[in-house]
Amino acid sequence: MFDPQIVKLFGEGILETLYMTFVSTALSYLLGLPIGVLLTTSAPDGISPRPVLYRTLDIVVNILRSVPFLILMVCVLGLTRFLVGTTIGSTAVIPPLVIAAAPYVGRMVEGSLKEVDHGVIEAAQSMGATVFQIITRVLLPESTPSLLNGAAIVTTTILSYSAMAGALGGGGLGAIAINYGYHRFQADMMWIAVVLLVLLVQLIQLIGDRLVVRSDKRRR
Amino acid sequence: MEEREMIAIRGLTKTFGAGAGAVTALRDIDLSIRAGEIFGIIGLSGAGKSTLVRCMNYLEHPTEGSVTVDGKKLGALNRKELLNARRGIGMIFQQFNLLMQKTALENICFPLEIAGVSKKDAIDRARELLKLVELEDREKAYPAQLSGGQKQRIAIARALAPKPKVLLCDEATSALDPTTTRSILSLLKEINRTLGITIVVITHEMSVIEEICDRVAIIDHSRIAEVGDVSDIFMNPKTDIARKLLYASGRLGEEVLGERCLRIIFDGTQTSSPVICDMVLECGAPVNILFADTKTIEGKMHGYTLIQLPENREIGDKMKKYLDLHGVQYLEEAYHV
Repeated sequence: MFDPQIVKLFGEGILETLYMTFVSTALSYLLGLPIGVLLTTSAPDGISPRPVLYRTLDIVVNILRSVPFLILMVCVLGLTRFLVGTTIGSTAVIPPLVIAAAPYVGRMVEGSLKEVDHGVIEAAQSMGATVFQIITRVLLPESTPSLLNGAAIVTTTILSYSAMAGALGGGGLGAIAINYGYHRFQADMMWIAVVLLVLLVQLIQLIGDRLVVRSDKRRR
Repeated sequence: MEEREMIAIRGLTKTFGAGAGAVTALRDIDLSIRAGEIFGIIGLSGAGKSTLVRCMNYLEHPTEGSVTVDGKKLGALNRKELLNARRGIGMIFQQFNLLMQKTALENICFPLEIAGVSKKDAIDRARELLKLVELEDREKAYPAQLSGGQKQRIAIARALAPKPKVLLCDEATSALDPTTTRSILSLLKEINRTLGITIVVITHEMSVIEEICDRVAIIDHSRIAEVGDVSDIFMNPKTDIARKLLYASGRLGEEVLGERCLRIIFDGTQTSSPVICDMVLECGAPVNILFADTKTIEGKMHGYTLIQLPENREIGDKMKKYLDLHGVQYLEEAYHV
């Protein structure tokens, strides 16, 4: 069982999983953070209400979030091939992961930004802050602990989605679990993959929790 | 005091919503606030005072009418000019509204940074202000580590950082205990005296008005009920709402006000002579003293005593004549609070 080949297999699996997870998380935030900010600021009670933009974003986000991930993966195969050149392997999982996660990130960010006390925003407005300054200097910094908390949840969710993608030609620990455990009936291999996934999720959540505590100046 | 007008409000009406659900928060308000004065706006909650103060920096845009601050008509400014104008109008709040993730020093630097002041200059200015509010030693503290009074001091320092000409205080002491309230009020008074900043104080507490304001507007049901010097309104409240607010802090229960009540007014000259005693001796009948209150306003003693005359009308008239004869001001209190 501690055959060097198997160790190598799982070592690569871990790295692939982390690669898919972190690259997808980063790209999801690149898209999702602006979506979340726009959902907050353009809302009817936001600092710069834009009803049409808000309704459109709201609906698009809801639609994307309601498509099951495996189906979404199939739906975007064409796009994946166009972007990555192939539809199998770890990199090919990234486009569907980002498309699935970005709207989710948008909602998480929206939730965090809405926690910022309206009074603080009003104070910034009374000082002559622009909408952009309120976003960058009030909303985002004031909600940092909540944003980090959301990021830990998003990262672990993306990690589990990446494992799911193993069923449709993805890579990483999920692929090992499905290929060896499901297709070859090697239950022990599957369980090792599952345990490793659990440990990774625990680790990410632990780091997230630490960062949340450290960033929050409201305590004490 | 200069007689220059710092804030001019003309025909201001503010309606929220439209159609059948519309609520008019302010109706046809005219107000003139002089440069360098401390002006109070008092009213019961829901009277519209918070909306009024938010119209003074256009956090709320009036539905009708105009607001002019320091010669600038806020409604006529474009977006950028309005943001600039707001930098000349500081504001503090009941809940302090400090940035919770920033230190005291960073909070004070905040309005300077958004105005494009360099970091170094901002820090220098912030340190100056920390000294002014006597919190030099707490510059690295986060708001969560400060008491309510300290938070409000930081908020005051933050509001003063861009050197505003006007400071708007929206229920700034309502979340504080009486001792802290007094210290914040004396800080505001000091700022007004030393920096010459015009201060507008919104409150529901008459004691706040009494403590620091030069003039006061009483707002009731979206309209201005009464405006005048604080001492005049204290001695001679003309409207029901003014009396209600004067007696609000449990000073006078409704039940004690009955028939035949007289309010004997002391304007700073008679408090030492026993007017009521002399009157009772002279007329040979006792009066019921319902309430008495004297206080120092702007360094002068003022006050009033509320008495109930005897049932006998003749003696009552005799007492009034006595007061007339001795030049004592009084009002017949025919109202019920």
